[in-house]
Amino acid sequence: MEAKDYLKDISEIKNLMNKSSRFISLSGLSGILAGIYALIGATIAYWLVKNHSYGTLLLDGWVFRTCLLILALVALFSIVTAIFLTTRKAKKNNEKIWDGTSRRLILNFLIPLVTGGLYILIILAQQKYGQAGALMLLFYGLALVNASKYSIGDIRYLGFIEIILGLIGALLPGYGFILWVLGFGVLHIIYGTIMYFKYDKK
Amino acid sequence: MSIITNINKAFDHRIRLGIMSILMVNDYADFKMLKELLDVTDGNLASHTKALEKVDYITVEKQFIGRKPNTRYATTKQGRLAFKKHIEALEKLINKQ
Repeated sequence: MEAKDYLKDISEIKNLMNKSSRFISLSGLSGILAGIYALIGATIAYWLVKNHSYGTLLLDGWVFRTCLLILALVALFSIVTAIFLTTRKAKKNNEKIWDGTSRRLILNFLIPLVTGGLYILIILAQQKYGQAGALMLLFYGLALVNASKYSIGDIRYLGFIEIILGLIGALLPGYGFILWVLGFGVLHIIYGTIMYFKYDKK
Repeated sequence: MSIITNINKAFDHRIRLGIMSILMVNDYADFKMLKELLDVTDGNLASHTKALEKVDYITVEKQFIGRKPNTRYATTKQGRLAFKKHIEALEKLINKQ
C-alpha cells in the first residue's frame, strides 16, 4: 500500500468515528433564528414592563404572566425552527434525523435543562424570581456542555460562555435582563452565524 | 523493518477497519447500525465480523428485543489495544514518507 492509501484509511476511520457517535447536522441557521426570537421577545417584555408595571413587577399581575408567556413562545418557536431546519439539513447530509446519535444528544441536553426548568418554576412559585435569568443561563449552559460530547465540539464553548454569563448574572442581579438578552439573543446569533459559515455553507 | 510488523492483517480491509473504528467510540453497535454506517450487504458484514470475532477483537452478543433477534458487537480489551497499535503504525508509515 502507498502512503496515500493509509491516509485514506485514517480519514475513513475518523469519518466513521464521528458519524457513529456524534450528531453533526445541527443547523446554524436555527441558532441565528433562535437568537432573533429571543431579542424580539425581550424587546416586547421590556416595553411591557416599562409602560405597564409602574416600577413594580407584581408576580400575579398580567404583565408578569405575559412575560412568562413570551418566554414560553420564544422557547417553542426556537425548538420548532431547530427541529425543522435540522431535519432538512440531515436529509441533505443523508443522515438519519432520529438515530442513536441524535437520541443521545437530545437526552443529554434535556437532563440539565429540564432539571433547571423545573427548579426555576419551583422558585418562581415561591416568589423568588431575582435569580431566574441567571439560572436559565446557567442550566442552559450546562445542558450545552453536557450535550457537546455527542455533537460537533463547538457547542461546548457556547455552553461555557452561557455559564459565565449566568454566574455574572447571579453576582449582579440587576443585570439579569441584559445578560439574558446577551446569552440567549446576541450569543445565539453570533454562534449560529459562525456555524452557518463553518458547516452549512459548503 | 519492525514497523511493518505492527500493521495488523486483521485490519487490512476497509470493512474490518470500519467495524473497529465504530466500535472504538461506541459502547456497542448492533448489526443494523454497522450495516447502515458501512453500507455493506448482510453477508459481507457477517463474514467480516466473524473474522474479527475469531481473533478475539470483538465480542458478539445475541439477544431478543421483543420478538426480534438482535446482535450486538463490542470491542474486547485485546481488540482496542490491537487497533491502537495499528493506528500508531499507520501514523509512523505516513510520517516516514
